[in-house]
Amino acid sequence: MGRLSVTLCGIEIDNPVIPASGTFGYGYEFAEIYDINCLGTFSFKGTTKDPRFGNPTPRIAECYAGMINAVGLQNPGVEKVIEEELPKLAKCFHKPVMANVSGFAIEDYAYTCEKLDKEPQVGWLEVNISCPNVHGGGMTFGTDPEQAAAVVRAVKAVTTKPVFVKLTPNVTDIVAIAKACEAAGADGISLINTMLGMRIDLKTRKPVIANTMGGFSGPAIFPVALRMVYQVAHAVKIPVIGIGGVSTAEDVIEMMLAGATAVEVGAANLVDPMVCRKIIEELPAVMDTYRIDNLKDIIGGVR
Amino acid sequence: MKDVLLTVKENTALVSGVYKMVLEGDCSHITAAGQFVNFKLDGLYLRRPISVCDLNGNELTVIYKVVGKGTRQMSAMTKGQQLQVLTGLGNGYDLAPAGEAPLLIGGGVGVPPMYLLAKKLLAEGKTPQVILGFNTQAEVFYEEEFKALGCQVTVTTVDGSKGVKGFVTDGLPKAYSYFYCCGPEPMLKAVYRSCTTSGQFSFEERMGCGFGACMGCTCKTVTGYKRICKDGPVMKKEEILWED
Repeated sequence: MGRLSVTLCGIEIDNPVIPASGTFGYGYEFAEIYDINCLGTFSFKGTTKDPRFGNPTPRIAECYAGMINAVGLQNPGVEKVIEEELPKLAKCFHKPVMANVSGFAIEDYAYTCEKLDKEPQVGWLEVNISCPNVHGGGMTFGTDPEQAAAVVRAVKAVTTKPVFVKLTPNVTDIVAIAKACEAAGADGISLINTMLGMRIDLKTRKPVIANTMGGFSGPAIFPVALRMVYQVAHAVKIPVIGIGGVSTAEDVIEMMLAGATAVEVGAANLVDPMVCRKIIEELPAVMDTYRIDNLKDIIGGVR
Repeated sequence: MKDVLLTVKENTALVSGVYKMVLEGDCSHITAAGQFVNFKLDGLYLRRPISVCDLNGNELTVIYKVVGKGTRQMSAMTKGQQLQVLTGLGNGYDLAPAGEAPLLIGGGVGVPPMYLLAKKLLAEGKTPQVILGFNTQAEVFYEEEFKALGCQVTVTTVDGSKGVKGFVTDGLPKAYSYFYCCGPEPMLKAVYRSCTTSGQFSFEERMGCGFGACMGCTCKTVTGYKRICKDGPVMKKEEILWED
């Protein structure tokens, strides 16, 4: 295979560039402006058992080199995703896709994952136990090793496809959570989700975000994400997907050197809808610059 | 939708704090009045969405008010500078239900999208009537430009320093076939209550992407959840659900 290809739990992907869940919809908005089949894969909008409107607006705040969002897992629910969104996705993307799943109870995760696992388009499940924007679920599962492991066990019991667990950085010891997920049977770890953040409007003296706090993402969080990827990748044997502020081909290489097998690109898609294609196109030249023949060779190269 | 590099041709103050910028380049993806474009600016992470005021071939006009870092940076730009602009965003106004004498209502920086709309309606042989609402005389812009198109124009000012004293709803004509409206939310609500025909409203919200990917600007409507950037910013009167 090509010098950009990597293998994610037995599935070879053409390159390690994966748009992150929540920044790429179900792909078709982006398919209007480029052929998204150039992507390694992509992680579609976080899906829950029931339909969700999400949080009130404003849901978005700008920051230096980043942004805060508090969308709150708006999605039409797993049944509608399967009936309406996946057929539309199939028209513009012909590779295995990553199904991102969220929930509010362990049974919700199992229910939604079991349904999506049966869809032939789905190559991997990505279980989000790290959404900072919902109450009574989401991130609460990702801040406790026991609860994280319980979600993984419940999902693994009803699915056949590789399960990545998406972790939150809003914890004291991310390695302990990652190890608990690995021990519970997770096939891979995705990290990091957004960091809990906040902005205040000086004119109104109120939080910019209607929900007060939200998830901070963008290039500003890249060093934190890189550090956590480094820590986790060297502590577990399963593959790690590096996420957090990735915006350039150089960032991809840095994440892979830290231990990531692939990377997800999030906020950057919102600012430049072409960014993932640009990264893929720029990777060979940047690899030449740093004398990298094959991306597979550099995974975890920095110890 | 297309991300293009546009060159500033003109950038001048119309009135205090309100600027008109004319840009040149590939504007082929702008297809309707009421659409917007999204400006990438140096040092600012998110783009800045600004409505389309006018379009002549490869020449785009926007009018913006300086309200923060982004618009301040835009106001300092000079002829020849280049800007990365995501063009052709949003649905824009639907001309089909306009009828013979549609009413165009713009308030403050809600005025600009009415200009291209007026031109498009005139080109279809309609007779648009225009109401432009401002706080005070010193803020009034584009009255003459609308008149030059051949539109009947009523200006309202809150303090009565020019035209009809009061809000746009104090300047409503006796008869009109339909309405189109853009302005601050209190104005939209007042128009919603006052106008007797059906019509279309253009909405604003803090946006992440501006093209439907992030779900940052979703609102509830009679027909379900809509993304203001992609399914809007124009909504029909019948589908609007006011939040409070």
